[in-house]
Amino acid sequence: MTEALLVALYIFVLAVFVGFEVIAKVPTLLHTPLMSGSNAISGISVIGAILVAGRLDAPYDKILGVAAVAMATINVVGGFLVTDRMLRMFRRSPGRRD
Amino acid sequence: MAPVDALQTSADPTRAIALLISLTYLIAAVLFIVGLKMLSSPRTARRGNAIGALGMLLAISATLLDQEIIAFRWILLGFVIGTAAGVWLALAVKMTAMPQMVALLNGFGGAASAIVAIAEYHKLLLAPDLRATDVVISIMATVLIGGVTFTGSMIAFAKLQELMTGRAITFPAQKTLNFALLAAAVALSAWLVVNLDQPTIFVVLTIISLVLGVLLVIPIGGADMPVVISLLNSYSGMAGAAAGFVLHNNVLIISGALVGASGIILTQIMCRAMNRSLTNVLFGAFGATSTVGAAGAADRPVRTVRPEDVAVMLGYAQSVVFVPGYGLAVAQAQHSVKELASLLEKRGIDVKYAIHPVAGRMPGHMNVLLAEADVPYDQLYEMDDINREFDRTDVALVIGANDVTNPAARTDKTSPLYGMPILNVDHAKSIVVIKRSMNPGFAGIENELYYNEKTAMLFGDAKKMLVAVVGEISRA
Repeated sequence: MTEALLVALYIFVLAVFVGFEVIAKVPTLLHTPLMSGSNAISGISVIGAILVAGRLDAPYDKILGVAAVAMATINVVGGFLVTDRMLRMFRRSPGRRD
Repeated sequence: MAPVDALQTSADPTRAIALLISLTYLIAAVLFIVGLKMLSSPRTARRGNAIGALGMLLAISATLLDQEIIAFRWILLGFVIGTAAGVWLALAVKMTAMPQMVALLNGFGGAASAIVAIAEYHKLLLAPDLRATDVVISIMATVLIGGVTFTGSMIAFAKLQELMTGRAITFPAQKTLNFALLAAAVALSAWLVVNLDQPTIFVVLTIISLVLGVLLVIPIGGADMPVVISLLNSYSGMAGAAAGFVLHNNVLIISGALVGASGIILTQIMCRAMNRSLTNVLFGAFGATSTVGAAGAADRPVRTVRPEDVAVMLGYAQSVVFVPGYGLAVAQAQHSVKELASLLEKRGIDVKYAIHPVAGRMPGHMNVLLAEADVPYDQLYEMDDINREFDRTDVALVIGANDVTNPAARTDKTSPLYGMPILNVDHAKSIVVIKRSMNPGFAGIENELYYNEKTAMLFGDAKKMLVAVVGEISRA
């Protein structure tokens, strides 16, 4: 096992724990926006897609790359926008404190 | 490479740019975590989402600086297509259709990860000197998880959008077939790790993962979709993290892990709220048969009332709790509920909403539907909080909710619902149920609540009945 892989595994495991800690505090009130918002974050695979699409390889790779960039971008743009659309609707009672 | 060394040699532009990209990724990862943290309160949530989007923008911008990238036109083409489709989807989708939307987006994320892995395989095929065992293993894992996420999400989308039957589709030896396919996928992956130069085997592996995604989701009934979407959400994160291992890219690993963890937590919450284990949801084929237990419903008496009776009951109440279920959204009655609530509040009546975790088609769905109808979120109460209030509630108004109010879940050990956490609606001083007919709900189980002597049944379309009640109260 290379050292780079080991470091990557450390990062992965620690990030999972951070995820559990952070997400567990989100109230059920916001679970739908949480889902669409975290969904948008999982569109981070757009980075891998950009690297693939940008390489000057066979045309076969080009098509795959463009498809991957397009799908990941739908995920990112659609996810963040629809989350914002939902969160804009959440309002408190006028004159009431929580 | 220690960052300090890189800084000292920053005269070399290539290394300086690589360092800049890495540090920007780190900032992006921090912004994702901060953004998710801010989702823990409705006051900061919107800013949190914007911070996450900023992190994404930074990560994408940094990636475009990568020296290996030459063909910007192709990337731009992908961006344009993706942005146009994403904006259209986000603005056009109805709030009731959010579960489908999330399923669709999950699927695209999974597909993107899988495609990245396929392209990397292609690259390694042409460049034997670049092969490393850990990268090859990660490629196989990404194809498998990404492929399952893609087709699984598409099936979930089709079920929720009612493009195909929402019922569980089962056939003999289904589980055996699934396990055999999974075993085959693992075996083929192992074979490819030993000898990469077998493109045909790789294609077979890709096809198996796509087929597996379909087969894993078709035996799951419509009522269990909240669990499946949460799980697929987790998978899409895991696919992203796996792609991060392929590309040795830490921001992919971190973001994928965050989303993976989030999906797992939501899956657990949904399973607990339905009193089912994940194995039971995935392989139990709940909802494959049509409704059972409806027999004999006709011989037991229920008390029926008219809208004007309900108006009188509400008029004399001091505290009212609305118990909305998905039936409310189906009848498009959210705004009518809000209108009735405002009317009651103007008369000094205390109004609350009781939200069961599975009220809706995905975690937290009902909260969004009511927020859309301008219901303030401080009136929305989670199950544990509202259950303490029912003893002090004068009227509980159940609209379109069924199984989550069935007292048999607490008392009747023979009931299929036994042990499921429910809203203790029967503890209220009086109960009104608005319902189309005596037909049992999704799970096909009779609701004891309807035969309670405190319960009054108002039969009819939820929206029409609410409008009638509002009319009666305004006239009084």
